[in-house]
Formats: sequence, C-alpha cells, structure tokens
Amino acid sequence: MTSTTTERVAAPARTRRRRAGQSLLDTKRQWWGWLFLAPFTVVFVLFLLVPLGYAFWLSLHTQGIATGGESVFTGVANYVRVFTDADFLSGMARVGRFVLVMVPLQIGLAVAIALVLDTLATRLSQASRLLVFVPYAIPAVIGALMWGFLYSPRFGPASDLFGVFGLDAPDFLSRDLIFGSLVNIVTWQWVGYYMIIVYAALRAIDPSIYEAAKLDGAGNRAIAFRIKIPMIASSMVMIVVFALIGTLQFFTEPTVLRSVAQGAIPTTYTPNMYAYSMAFSYSQFNYASTIAFALGILVFIGSYVFLYATRKQSGLK
Amino acid sequence: MRRGLRRSVAGTAAGLAGLSLAACAPGGEGGAADNTSCTNEITEPAATRVTLWAWFPAVEQIVDRFNAEHDDVQICWTNAGQGADEYGKFSTALEAGTGAPDVIQLESEILPTYTILDGLADLAPYGAGELEDRFPAGAWSDVSDGDAVHAIPVDGGPVGMLYRADIFEKYGVEPPTTWDEFARAAQDLRDAGYDGYITNYATNGGAFNYALFAQAGWAPFDYDPAQRDQIGIDVDTPEARKVLSYWEDLVDRGLVASDDAFTSDYNTSLVDGTYAVYIAAAWGPGYLEGLSDADSGAEWKAAPLPQWDPADPVQVNQGGSALAVTSQAKDPEAAATVAMELFDDEATWKIGVEDAGLFPLWNLALEADWFTDRRYPFFGGQQVNRDVFLDAAARYPGFTFSPFQVYAYDRQTMALYDMVEGPATAEDALATIQDSLVRYAEQQGFTVR
Repeated sequence: MTSTTTERVAAPARTRRRRAGQSLLDTKRQWWGWLFLAPFTVVFVLFLLVPLGYAFWLSLHTQGIATGGESVFTGVANYVRVFTDADFLSGMARVGRFVLVMVPLQIGLAVAIALVLDTLATRLSQASRLLVFVPYAIPAVIGALMWGFLYSPRFGPASDLFGVFGLDAPDFLSRDLIFGSLVNIVTWQWVGYYMIIVYAALRAIDPSIYEAAKLDGAGNRAIAFRIKIPMIASSMVMIVVFALIGTLQFFTEPTVLRSVAQGAIPTTYTPNMYAYSMAFSYSQFNYASTIAFALGILVFIGSYVFLYATRKQSGLK
Repeated sequence: MRRGLRRSVAGTAAGLAGLSLAACAPGGEGGAADNTSCTNEITEPAATRVTLWAWFPAVEQIVDRFNAEHDDVQICWTNAGQGADEYGKFSTALEAGTGAPDVIQLESEILPTYTILDGLADLAPYGAGELEDRFPAGAWSDVSDGDAVHAIPVDGGPVGMLYRADIFEKYGVEPPTTWDEFARAAQDLRDAGYDGYITNYATNGGAFNYALFAQAGWAPFDYDPAQRDQIGIDVDTPEARKVLSYWEDLVDRGLVASDDAFTSDYNTSLVDGTYAVYIAAAWGPGYLEGLSDADSGAEWKAAPLPQWDPADPVQVNQGGSALAVTSQAKDPEAAATVAMELFDDEATWKIGVEDAGLFPLWNLALEADWFTDRRYPFFGGQQVNRDVFLDAAARYPGFTFSPFQVYAYDRQTMALYDMVEGPATAEDALATIQDSLVRYAEQQGFTVR
C-alpha cells in the first residue's frame, strides 16, 4: 500500500522536473520568468540578503564600550566566544528541551484532533474545528498577555479552582512551573494551525481508498494508522519542521511573560532573547549579531538533519 | 518557514511603502526629524524646535508653560516610555546615528552608560556649571564629573519608610527605626497574628537593592569618565554581604515576601495590606495613590529609613531623573536652554509637586515653605517632606554607577532570584554578580582594577 502511494506521488513530480528542464533551454521564456520574479527578488535582496550580510559583517567585528566605540575586525573571535558562552549554551539547552516536549505534544494533539474531525461530518465537528483554530487567530503577544493574567496568583482563576478542593494553587510563574506554563501557551496557540494543515491533507485523500481498505477488512484504527497517517507523511514532516524552527527561535511568549516573571525568565532564557537584550538593552550589536548567526546555524543544522532523516516520508528523496 | 513566509510578506509591504515614500519625498531636504509629531501643541511655529522625550506625570502642563513663555524656543514633547523602554529606543538611535531626541529624561544611574558611548553633550559650555549651587550637592555629583555637566537634575528619590500605621497599631508593634528593630518587628507582627509580610524584597528591584546596599557603605564601582578604559569592580564586599544576608534571613524565615516588583500582583499587595511597609523613594507615595484595590481603612505614615547604626545615619536615593542633551541635538544651545530652564521656576515646581508628585532637586523649592510644610492628604495630613524626605535628600552623598548599568541590574536580578528561590546563599549571589561583571567589563575592553 505504502509503496504504491509513494510511487503515485513521485510520478508527477518526475514529469514536472522533465518539463522544467525543457524550459531551461528556452532562454526567451526564461527572461520573462526573471521579469516576473523581479519584484520579489528586489524585496528579498533588500530586506533579507542585505541585512543578513550586514549582520554577518557585524558579527566579525568587535566594538567594546571601553575602546571608544571603535569597531575592530576580530574574525571568528565572537563565534568562539558564543560557543563557549554559558548563557548562550544554557539557552540552547533550554530551547532543546522545549523542542523535545513541545513539538511532539503539539503535533500529537493536532493529528489526533484532525483524525477525529476527519471522521465526523456533523455540525458540531465544524464548530469544534473553528474553536480549535481560533487561538491561532489571536496575536501571539495578546495571547501571552492574556495567559499572564490567567497565571497571576491573585487575579487568575487558579486560586478559585483549587480552592474548591481545598488546595493551594500552584504559582504558575515560579521557576519550577514556568516551563510548563510556556509549553501550555504555545501549544494552545499553535495546535489549531497544525490541525488545519493536517486536516486539509486528510481531506485531499481519495475516499475510495478507505472503501478499498474496508473491503480488505481494515477497521477504523487500522485506516487511521496504516492509511491516513502514511498518506499525509509529507504534511507531517512540514509541520514538524515549522514547529522545530519556531521553537528554536522561541521569543515572543517568554518575552511577554517576563513582564510578570522577571526572576523566573531571565534575559538569557532563550538564545533569541539573549540576542535581543544584547542588542537593545546593552548596545552590543556585534555580539548580538553573532548570537543570531550562531542560532541560525544551529537551526539550519537541526532542520537539515531532520529533513534528511525524514526524506523518505516527505518525498524529498 | 512559517515565520519566513510572514516575514517576506511584511518585507514586501514595507518595501512597497518605502518605495512610495521615496517617490514622494522632495529631493533630499532631510526634513524627517522636523516633521516629528509632537504630543503637545506648538504655539510658535516659527521658533527653534527642540524635541523632548520625557515620562514625568503632568509633563504636558509643564511643557505648555515653557512654550507659552518662550517665543524663540519651542518644545516638541513625546513620551517614549519610562526607564528601560526609553533607554532601549535611545540606545538604538545612538547606534543608528539618527532618531534620538534633542533633550531626554534619564535617571542619573544611567548617565555613565551613555556618556561612555558619547551619547550626551557636555552642558558646561552653555553655562550649566554656574547652576551648581541651585541643586543639592549629592544630586549635582551624580550628574557631573569635574567640570563636565552631563545633565541637569530634576527630581530625586530620597528613600524613606512608608508604613501602615493601622496595621502596626492593630498588632501592637512599634514602627522600627533601625534594621534590628525592623527584623524584630517582622517577627512580632507575625506572632501577633498578622498574616501578611512586613515588606517585600524584590529581586528585580535593581535600583532599590542598590540603595539598600549603599546605605551600609557599599561602593561597587570605581569609575572616572576621564579614564574610560579603567574600572574598579567591588560588588562582593562585607557591607553587601551584611545587607544581603539580612534580607536572605528574613525571606527564609517567611517574614518578608520575595515577589517581583512592578507587576499587578505586587501593586495590589502594596495597597491591600499584604505588606505592612513599603520602603520607598519620595516618588513612592504618588505611585501608591495611583493604584487600585486599596484598603479603605489604610492609614499610611512616613518615617525615616531604618538605620544600621542610629548614631551615624546614612541616607540613600533611588531613582529620580535629570534632563540631558543628546549628541544628536540639532541645535545644542537651544536644547541646553530647554534642559536648564524647563524646571527653573517656582510655578513649574508647584505643578511638579502638586500634580506630578515629584520631589524637586532644586534648592529654591526645597527651601520654600509651600514645599517643606506641605501636608499630604494621603498620609493623613503628615508633613512628609519635613519629617522624612528633606533630610534624606540633604544627606545623600551621591553614588558612582557603572557604564553598563542595565547589564549590572539584569545580572543582579538573576543572582538574587537564585538566592531567594534556590540553595544559593548571599555570598554565592554576590560572588556570581562580581564574576559576571568583571568578565563583561574585560570583554568590553576595560582594564579591571
């Protein structure tokens, strides 16, 4: 079953590639292509490549505040510093833990909800689909602010809820619980988004396949795990990459929650926050660029390793 | 990818906006800065315009007054955020080389951070040096180095002890005058059945904790702007250990809370009787008055800050601010005029005291009867200036801050939080701060003495 699927998916890709090869020969048409690409290319170069190059240039220089603001070329010295910087490394380790907890949790929930919604066709399921998706429509900053209030020991509902059972509410903003509190915010926000992608992929599957499976004696569970999930493997790989990159760049939620938990969320909580405070609180733009680049390198390696490991599932092979 | 997509969409939009703006701009007159929208109204459009970033309460009234009285200079005021918010914008503008205002409100603790970046203009050439005797000596030493004047003092934060007289009375405890008495009072209140905390020790109260250390004689930085590449860092001293161990002990015994300051939970605790004492600068009462959910029966009184040695009282300062002229000022002379004259008359200071709750660092106000004898309804008519803050301001000797103060505060918050939450002790915390500051200073090219 699986092998036929991959073949069917792979076949049109191959023909498409062949057609692209033919158009390469047609130089006139190629110029038209470049013309259509130009608006995007200009913006891409101006607002992505040039700033990237500038940041890289900054990261190769050092400007100490005691040396009269003089910028000195120091080569890879900043990179040596960043990869031996305990604050950066502990921040990386922390986002690493977030990846291990948050990504499986979000994807697992998203797939489970999508599978359930896919089998139902009631009005309730449509409403649920919308409700699960709504948190994604709320801007991340607003969502985090809202959760900040919900977590507040005094204004949040937790003390009332736990009070019903005669218990003391835990302090969600304390050092021990802040990790879980952040996981909760991000999961709440993103599950709906991943669910929609998975759900869309599920709807694209030809229902006649299910019919065939049923005739072959497959139950609902077997259809879900042996047919649906393998057939949406490439979408799954995509959302895992999204979640992986987003989590490694973790910034918005802890930054917003920091206003109510400055002790539990130090400025070095994630590498992105560390880079931000280096640049905008301490005027260390050179080292901030280095942190950003170091993070970028690690994100690239992480995504590459993942895409390589899943090249079969994603159809990239 | 998902963020990349959003970013490129945003980039496209910004790019299109940029293109259309560029297309409309009339060939390179560079008028962008002059078109800055002012929050206040300019009455003399032809006069030299000086931009000002400030967060004082009631600043708009004060600016309007200034503009009405000057036909050659007009202030264009914007509130760019308070403290750290404003500093972030100012630092970025300095790095960018454009975008800073002409005059900026800064706390004196942050001045060395900007003088070392050449972010502030020296006001001495515009006659600021002659103003020295208009201000208390400690305040002046905070804004000047030798002949150089980096800013003009405006308001101060002499520290006192605000306490809930009703709570102390109810539980039969005398308000403390020394730190020993304070620790005993903390225990007595608890023993008498008070279920709050005598006060709060906020690990994120950077300037506040500096003031508490300074009271014991702590002088962590030895820094002279004339020798920019040298600094002495001495955070981990016996004085600091004494103060920090004192608070660590009270926190460990559960007598003092360790909540983060400046959160809505903390604000409510300040006024609903959870804390019996608020150790506060002179701007503290104004802060309390602005908070909601207050106890209706609250009876606040102010007393001098408890002392380590009552025979040799030491007074400290927390916060307060000054007006500086930035290095990007288009007309430094006009900007210096604004910095020097904005708060240089009695009527303005009446607004500052009565409407903004500021504590003036201006001798004419400090000596005026309307200020010294002023009765504050918030304190049941107590003359808090005469009783507490005037003495505290007069005895404040000044303090040397580091040229990387934001970093120093952040590191202190991290170490103190580790102390109140975890197994780390006061000694560990101070050693950690010391190490991280020395390392940072060396990375910045300082010779650490």
